Parts: sequence; C-alpha cells; structure tokens
Amino acid sequence: MKKLLIMLIILFSSSVVIAIDKGPVFSDPELQARYENIISEVRCLVCQNQSIKSSNVFLAVDLRNEIKNLLSEGKSDNEIAEFLVDRYGEFVLYRPRFVGANIILWLAPLFFLLIGAMLIFNIVKSRAQLTTDSLTGSD
Amino acid sequence: MNIKFYIPVIIFIIMLPIFIVGLSRDKSELPSPLIGKSVPEFTLPSLLDPAKSINQSSLKGKFILLNVWATWCVGCREEHDFLVELSKLNILPIIGLNWRDDRDSALNWLNELGNPYALTIEDKAGRTAINLGVYGAPESFLINPEGIILYKHLGPLTTKIWENRFIPLMGQTR
Repeated sequence: MKKLLIMLIILFSSSVVIAIDKGPVFSDPELQARYENIISEVRCLVCQNQSIKSSNVFLAVDLRNEIKNLLSEGKSDNEIAEFLVDRYGEFVLYRPRFVGANIILWLAPLFFLLIGAMLIFNIVKSRAQLTTDSLTGSD
Repeated sequence: MNIKFYIPVIIFIIMLPIFIVGLSRDKSELPSPLIGKSVPEFTLPSLLDPAKSINQSSLKGKFILLNVWATWCVGCREEHDFLVELSKLNILPIIGLNWRDDRDSALNWLNELGNPYALTIEDKAGRTAINLGVYGAPESFLINPEGIILYKHLGPLTTKIWENRFIPLMGQTR
C-alpha cells in the first residue's frame, strides 16, 4: 500500500518536470503565449514523439533559442514554421500544414467518409428495394 | 461468383504494398529538405586555429565531404577509422563540423584517434548545425564544387555506404 502510494506520488509529480524553461522567456504575455504554442507544436527530432517544449536534449534547447530569437525579430508564426520546415522537413511540425502532399493527408478522412456514406446509402437502398419487391411479389 | 466477394481481396492487394513500404522504412531517418540547395551561410572559427574564420565560400571549388561530429557522439567514434582511411585515399577533402563540443576534448580526440579533416569548423553554439538541419551526429553531407548539397547520410559512414551512395553521385557531375 505504501509502495503504491509512493508510485502514485512519483507518477503525478513527474508532470511538473515538463515545464523546462525557468519562468517566462518573454515579458510580453502575448509573445510568451505564441512562444509556448509554437514550441509545443514542434517535434524534437532526437527524441521523436516529444515536443521541443518538453525535451531537454540540447538540440531542443537550441531550437527553443532559435525560435525565441525569431519571435523577438518580429517573425510571424508562419515564417517560423517555414524556417523549421526548410531545415528539417514537414515532419518537424506536429500539425501538418495544408500545402502540397499534406492536402491528401487532410482530405483523406473526408474522402473515406464519403465512400462510406455512399456504400451505406446503396446498401440501404437495395434492401428497401428488396422488401418492396418481395412484398409486391407475394401480393 | 459475386463481384462483392472480391472487394476485400482488392482492398488487401492495394494496402499490402503501402504497409510493406511503411513498415520497413526506418522512421528515424528523414529525407533532408536541403538536398539540392546551397550550403547555408555561416562564419565560424577553425578548431585548430581559432583566429582563422571560415565561411561557406571557403568550401567551394571541389567536391567535399562535410562531416558533423562531436566527442560526445558514440557513432562518431565508430566511423572515425573509416574517415581516417578515406582521407588517405585523397579522393576529396573531408571538412569536419565540430558540433556543440568542448574545444579541448575535440583537440584531444583528433590527437589520439588521428585527424582525417582537411579543416575543422567549430560550431559551439550549434546554429550552423540547425541551418544544416542536423539532428543527430554523425551526419555527412556530400557537397559539389558549386556548393550544392547532393546527399546527406545520417549515422556512421562505412565503406559500403560510401561506395554505394556517395561515389556514384560524384561521378555524375564530374
């Protein structure tokens, strides 16, 4: 029981460690919000499946610094995304942009939904046909 | 036979190659968007002679192998013997980019294990590495005489990779 309690405490306190930057990076709350939003959307390529917000690998630290500099220079979120994609490829962004081959990625679910809807429509229609046919047949 | 019976089979046949390709691909290795582009601009000191500054135009004029390494990198030690052998063949100059490293450790490494590099650039802040899209050392870039990146290899270089991937690219444009 005691062990379990300790394990639970460790489990729930570990989430505190995720915040890596010590205090806010920008004094302007709007910039700080943009900064936090961007770094949580950028994949840490060394430790894939972690964002650079939650990693302390030095590449993640360097990339956070780079993003910080770009934000201070007044670059837009799109320009920063482009900066990263130009160097590391689309894979670096967790949320794929709506450009190029990514469009397939975005539209595929809609496409499959349409196919599914068409299939269901056809099946239901043919079954309805079947019942009316058999009804008129027995008449 | 009803055509509906074949629909799952057809779907399976379409999906099979997608899965084979998707599952056999090494996910840690990403295609570099920098292939076909110029080496990014930089101005950095030489590791052996910190007073000397090197920039991207110092690399132009011949084929070069740009090798990103660091003393903290295990794979770099693994490929070092190969690099030393390659440098003896005098095929092309090997330029080292010492990434996020301690200068003394880097100099010790070259003294102890041999120095295959015609020139070593010191990127202590790691900004040039970011501009090159480096995310895991060792990484090796093949750069043509015009300063265009032709190929990037992630991970330790071996004779096999060198002969299969790098040599053919140099023949094409020479």
